[in-house]
Amino acid sequence: MMEFDLNTLQQIGYIFSAILFIYGLKMLSNESSAAKGNVVSSMGMLLAVLVTVIEIVNPVLVLSAMLLGALIGSAFALKVKMTSIPEMVALFNGFGGLSSFFLAWSEFNNLSAISLIMILSFMTVLIGGITFSGSVIAFFKLAEILKGDNNFLNKASRWFLIFSLLFVIIAVAQVMAGGLGYELIDLALIQKTFIVLLIISLLAGLAFVLPIGGGDMPVVISLLNSFSGIAAASAGVLLTNTALIVAGCLVGASGLVLTLIMAKSMNRTLYNIFFVGYESSGSSAAEIDGEIKPISAEDAYLVVEAARSVLIVPGYGMAVAQAQHVVKELGDLLEENGCEVSYGIHPVAGRMPGHMNVLLAEANVSYDNLLEPKDINPTMETVDIAIVIGANDVVNPSATEEPGSPIYGMPILEVHRAKTAMVLKRSMASGFAGVQNPLFFKENSRMLFGDAKESISKLVAEFKD
Amino acid sequence: MEIIVLLFFILILAIFLGLELISKIPSTLHTPLMSGANAISGITLVGALSLDTGSNLQMILAFSAITFASINVFGGYLVTNRMLRMFKKK
Repeated sequence: MMEFDLNTLQQIGYIFSAILFIYGLKMLSNESSAAKGNVVSSMGMLLAVLVTVIEIVNPVLVLSAMLLGALIGSAFALKVKMTSIPEMVALFNGFGGLSSFFLAWSEFNNLSAISLIMILSFMTVLIGGITFSGSVIAFFKLAEILKGDNNFLNKASRWFLIFSLLFVIIAVAQVMAGGLGYELIDLALIQKTFIVLLIISLLAGLAFVLPIGGGDMPVVISLLNSFSGIAAASAGVLLTNTALIVAGCLVGASGLVLTLIMAKSMNRTLYNIFFVGYESSGSSAAEIDGEIKPISAEDAYLVVEAARSVLIVPGYGMAVAQAQHVVKELGDLLEENGCEVSYGIHPVAGRMPGHMNVLLAEANVSYDNLLEPKDINPTMETVDIAIVIGANDVVNPSATEEPGSPIYGMPILEVHRAKTAMVLKRSMASGFAGVQNPLFFKENSRMLFGDAKESISKLVAEFKD
Repeated sequence: MEIIVLLFFILILAIFLGLELISKIPSTLHTPLMSGANAISGITLVGALSLDTGSNLQMILAFSAITFASINVFGGYLVTNRMLRMFKKK
């Protein structure tokens, strides 16, 4: 006979909360229903928490901790600037991982005999710890607090990762041998091993993310996002809690899909991104013909004013200069002038997936004007002027023209095929990939040097005169 | 042991479901998707609610797990909502 008690009710609650999560994510895949999808997903969370209330052992502790978390989380969420979203998402990823880390630690302490369950807690601690410390490093890199590239540190990091892997294998072997009744291994020994594992998992996250450059951050935060989900799912198996497993797997899968999309948009393998980096992927020796043709803001205005169709291509430089609002103002003025304006968004432009879209949405740009490379490249010849704002590698024609180039094969926005390409840039420094950009030397290119926000403000001012 | 196998079965199915769901999301929404997913990963809150608080260490661990998971849940949903409200069509 099936017994109907609170426990069963809880399991049924988890089923409904899983449905809400799935439905919420489904609604997130369409701009018009996305905001509702987020609310549906939050209802799933509320339900899952409510049906778990029956298990609470220490209500005072639970309530005060939740209140503290809610205060900190809400303060972050309401205060953060849209340009700082990548840092915040990275940090939140880390908190998710840290929560799983503590969860597994606490569960391990409850085990009074050697069992295979220990391996699950090892796994959760490891993934959670790597997610946390890796995310903190990603946060510092995204906030540009941590910079520089230290060769010794990078090499040491790689070796540490290998050492960590060996240690994990030893730890698992200990539990297995202990489980089979091998006498030299007792609970006290495994408890010591566990403490070392706690420390190693935190250090491994540092070693994993430290050597990865700032331009690869879209891939790194996608992967850490996936890890935070996998850690939750792993904790779910440990606690035999289906809500954690399903929600964790959804997050894990979502992060994984984003990671693969990002890697594909850079035409690189994950191995290359995480363990090789751009510098070792070969360099191009090809000389670039042609000369740089700088243009003043006044002349740029005359060119833009005559244009009938303009494509705006933003990159990380727009985010740094916080230029999204003046860009939108320029777009509006161009449209009033009878010009057709669209925005070309490369999937890896900026520091996280979809970064440019959020900034332009903040500035009130309609989302159906935001086009991906595959939508805009076929009609590039009909574009009068492509205005490139602080983007570099994603518009580098070497990717299509120069088989020896490190970025050859990467899908780009082919602005060199537009009638005129106008590039707004601070200086002639090369992009993150360290590859010279032949676009700047093309016959149909004009360079408008200076801070992106100032340059565009000048154009806007000329329009208004 | 049987139950663990069953749990892995759910795990595998959920991964495939997730991959199917997410692969249809347009790149415009990648950032809100990520922060929304972030909020969902705060589901560890559910696990943390029932943690044992017998010793001082266990109390600290439970308190920390709940706090960090709550930051994720509240912060994640709120910031996603803030972002999504900005996505408008003319």
